[in-house]
Amino acid sequence: MGEWTLSVSAHSIRVPEVTVDGDTLVFTITSQKLNNDVGVCVCRTFEDFEWLQQSLFDQEDVPGLQGIIFPPLPGKPLPSSQPQAQAKALKQLGCLALSDDWKSYCKALEIYLQQVASHSTLSKNKALEGLLTNSEPPGKQRVHKGIFSRLSQAMGELRKENHKDLDDFFQDERNNNLNMTNFTKAASEKSFEVALTEQRLAVACGHLSTSLHLCASQDGPDSANFSKICMKFSEVIDAVKRNVEKVSENNVSTLGLGLEMDYRGHEAKKDMLFRRTCKLVEMEAAVKNAERAKPNKKAIMEEVKKVIEKDFEKISSVAKEEIGRFSEARVSLLRAALIDWCEKQLQTAREDHEIFSKQLEACEQLKCE
Amino acid sequence: MAAEMEPPPLGDAEQTDFREVDDTDDLFVSTVDQLESSPSPPLEPANLLVEDVSVNSNGPKPAEVILDDDPEDLFAEATEEVSLDSPEREPILSDGPSPAITPVTPTVMITPRIEPAMFDCSPDEVEEEENGDTFDINISVSDPEKVGDGMNAYMAYKVTTKTSLRMFNRNEFSVKRRFSDFLGLHSKLASKYLHIGYIVPPAPEKSIVGMTKVKVGKEDSSSTEFVEKRRSALERYLMRTVKHPILRKDPDVQQFLENTELPRAVSTQALSGAGLLRMVNKAADAVNKMTIKMNESDAWFEEKQQQFENLDAQLRKLHASVESLVCHRKELSLNTASFAKSAAMLGNSEDHTALSRALSQLAEVEEKIDQLHQDQAYADFYLFSELVGDYVRLLTAVKGVFDQRMKTWSKWQDAQVMLQRKREAEAKLQYANKPDKLQQAKDEIKEWEGKVEQGEQDFEQISKIIRKEVERFEKERVKDFKVVIIKYLESLVHTQQQLIKYWEAFLPEAKAIA
Repeated sequence: MGEWTLSVSAHSIRVPEVTVDGDTLVFTITSQKLNNDVGVCVCRTFEDFEWLQQSLFDQEDVPGLQGIIFPPLPGKPLPSSQPQAQAKALKQLGCLALSDDWKSYCKALEIYLQQVASHSTLSKNKALEGLLTNSEPPGKQRVHKGIFSRLSQAMGELRKENHKDLDDFFQDERNNNLNMTNFTKAASEKSFEVALTEQRLAVACGHLSTSLHLCASQDGPDSANFSKICMKFSEVIDAVKRNVEKVSENNVSTLGLGLEMDYRGHEAKKDMLFRRTCKLVEMEAAVKNAERAKPNKKAIMEEVKKVIEKDFEKISSVAKEEIGRFSEARVSLLRAALIDWCEKQLQTAREDHEIFSKQLEACEQLKCE
Repeated sequence: MAAEMEPPPLGDAEQTDFREVDDTDDLFVSTVDQLESSPSPPLEPANLLVEDVSVNSNGPKPAEVILDDDPEDLFAEATEEVSLDSPEREPILSDGPSPAITPVTPTVMITPRIEPAMFDCSPDEVEEEENGDTFDINISVSDPEKVGDGMNAYMAYKVTTKTSLRMFNRNEFSVKRRFSDFLGLHSKLASKYLHIGYIVPPAPEKSIVGMTKVKVGKEDSSSTEFVEKRRSALERYLMRTVKHPILRKDPDVQQFLENTELPRAVSTQALSGAGLLRMVNKAADAVNKMTIKMNESDAWFEEKQQQFENLDAQLRKLHASVESLVCHRKELSLNTASFAKSAAMLGNSEDHTALSRALSQLAEVEEKIDQLHQDQAYADFYLFSELVGDYVRLLTAVKGVFDQRMKTWSKWQDAQVMLQRKREAEAKLQYANKPDKLQQAKDEIKEWEGKVEQGEQDFEQISKIIRKEVERFEKERVKDFKVVIIKYLESLVHTQQQLIKYWEAFLPEAKAIA
C-alpha cells in the first residue's frame, strides 16, 4: 500500500450532528488535518459508511486481512415514524436508537470511524480518506447485503465453528469469546430494557403531573389551599420526570452505548476467529489432499497446500496481534464509558438533589391556613 | 338515668336510613325529643345547649348525646355553661340496649369544667383549640399474626395507642384486633353518626381474594404485600377516626382501642345475612335518592355537591395515574435487578482484573439502585396512592351525608304533608258529630305538628353539622396532602443523597481501570 497515511488525526474525528432529510439521515463528520490543524467537514449518509466498510473488507493485497478484527459498524438507522419500522429499529439498534436526536447513534459512528482511523492497517485504506475528506460523497455504490457478509459466516459453514483448533491459545480465545459475546449481549440488552422502562416511567410521570394540575384548576373558591398543594405536587412530579429522563439519557449515552459497542466488538472478534477456523479447515483439507494426491497431481497439491499454510500462518499471526489490540482497545472503551456514565449520573444526582431540596423547603413553608 | 329517657319516642318507625341493626338510634331520637320538650325558661342553659352545642363541633350534639346524659341534669340546674368538650371527661353511658356499649363506671364525671370560652366560641376557634393541645393521640397497627388454620384462619393485628388524653385509662396500651372488628367499629359509628351529618371515615375494603390467599397459607410476596397494605389501611383508618373530634369521644371507639375482648362483629361477614340486608338497603337508598327532588334553598349545598362530584372525578383519575406510576416504578426495579445480574456475570467472566472488579462494582451499584427504586415505589404507593384512594373513599362518605340531608328534608316534607292531611281531616270532622273522632284528630294534629317541628329542626341540625364537617374535611384534606407531599419530597431528597454516595464511591473504581 505504500507509505500513504490518513491525513487527519484519528482522535479528532467527530460526528457532532445529524439532520433528517425525509427518510434519510445525513451525518456531519468533522476532523482535523494532522499537519496543520485545519478542520475538515463533510456530510455523509449511512450508505457511505456501508461503502467504507465494504471497501475495507474488499482489500485485495493485504496479507492476513482475514485475521483483522474489523471495527463494527452500527446497524442501519431507520428514522421513519412508522411504528413497525420503529420497533424494528429498536430491536436492531438497541440503546443506540433511544437517545434524543440520535445522539448515541452519532457517537457510535464516531467511535467506529476513530477505530478504523486508529487501526494500523485499515487506516491506510484510501476509502477512509475519501469518506472523511472528499467534498463529494463516495460513489453511489449500492451495497448488497449478500456481498457484505462475504467475510462473515455463510449458512452452510456454521458447523465449522466447533472445529477443534490446533492451537491452545486460539482454542481458549474461541471459548472465551463465546462466553463474552453472550454476556455482553445480555448486558447490553438488559441495559436497553432498563432504558425503555425509564422512558415509560417518565411518560407516566407526565400523565400524573397533568392529573394533579387538573385537580388544582377546577376546585371551587374555598379550595384555594388545596389547589396550591396540588400545583406544588404537580411541579414536584415534573421534576421527577425530568430526573428520570436525564438519568435515562445518561445511561443510554454512556453505559448503554459502551456495552453495545463492546458486544459488537466481541461479535467482530468472533467473525474473525471463525474466518481463521474456516481457513484452518481448508488447510487441513489441503494437507490431506496433498498426502493422498496421485503422483501426477502431487506437486500441484503440495503447492496449493503451501500457499494455504502460509496464508493461515499469516492470518494467525495477524489475529494474535489483533486480539491483543482488541483487548486493550475494549478495556479503554469500557473504562471511558464507565467514567463518563458515573460522572454524568453523579452530576445529575447532585443537581436534582438541589432541586428536590429547594422544593421541599418551599413546601414546608407553604401557607395553607 | 333511664327515667329521663322515657318519653314516648316521637321518633317514628319509618327509619329507612342506612343503619345497622342497632338499637342506639331510637335512644338518640328520644333524647332529642326529650331535650326539645323542656322548653321552660329557667332551663335556658338547656336551650343554650341545644343552640350552641350544635354549633360547637366538639360537643356531643343532642342527637347523639351518646347517652352522656348527666349533662342534662347539670344543665337543668347549672347557670354556668358547662363544657361538654372537655376531653378529660369520662363518657357516661346510660344502660342503653346497645350491644356495643358496656356501661363504664359512672363515677367520673365531672368536674364540670367550666369553660365559657368553649361554649361561645366560634367554630374556628374551637377547631384551633382542637388542633392545638387537646389532640394528642397516636395509633399504630402492627404485628400482623395469622391465627388458626385453613378457611377459618384470620389475621390478628396489634393496635397500640399512645395518648395523653385523660379519657383513656392509660397513656399507652395495646389490644389485638381482627379485620372484622374494624368493620364492626365502622358500622357502629356509621349507624350512630352518619344520619346526622357526620362524615364517618370509611373502613378499609374487604378483599375476599386477598384474604383467601393469606388463609390458604400462600407465603408469597403478594400475600405479604396484601397484609402490609391492609395493616397500613387499618392504621390510617383509626387515625382518621380519632382525629374526628366527635368520633374519638365515642365509647365504641374507646372500647375498641382499650378493651382486651370485643364481642365478635358477626354482621360484617361479606356474605352473611346482614351483609345481604345491607346490600338491599343500599339499593333501596339508591332508588330513593333518585326519586327525591329537593328544593334547595341554600346554594352552598348545591355548589358543594357539584364541587365534590368534580373532585371525585379528578381524584379517581389521579389515583389511576399514581397506580400507573407505581407499576412502572416496580417494573424499573425488576429490570434494574436483571441488569445488575447480567453485569455481575459479565464481571465474573472478564479476564482483565481491574475491569472485572469495576464491572462487579457496577453490578453492586445497580443492585443498590434497584433497592432505591423499590423504596421509591413503596413511597409512591403508601404515601401517594393510598392517600388518594382514601380520599376517593372518604368522598363517598361525604356524598353520603349530603344524601342523608336530602332524606331528612324529605322526611320533613312528608311530615308537613301528613300534617296538612290531618288538618283537613279534622276540619271535615268538625261538621260531623263525632266527638271521639274529633279528639283523636286533634291529637293526631298535635302529633304531626311535633313531627314537623322535629323534621325542620333535624334538617337544620344536619345542615349545620354538614357545613362544619365539610369545613373540617377541607382543612384536613389540605393538611393530609401537605404532609404527604413533604414526606414524598423527603424520600426524593434521600434517594438522591444515596445516589450521590454510590456514584462517588464508584468513580475511583472506574478510574482505576488501567
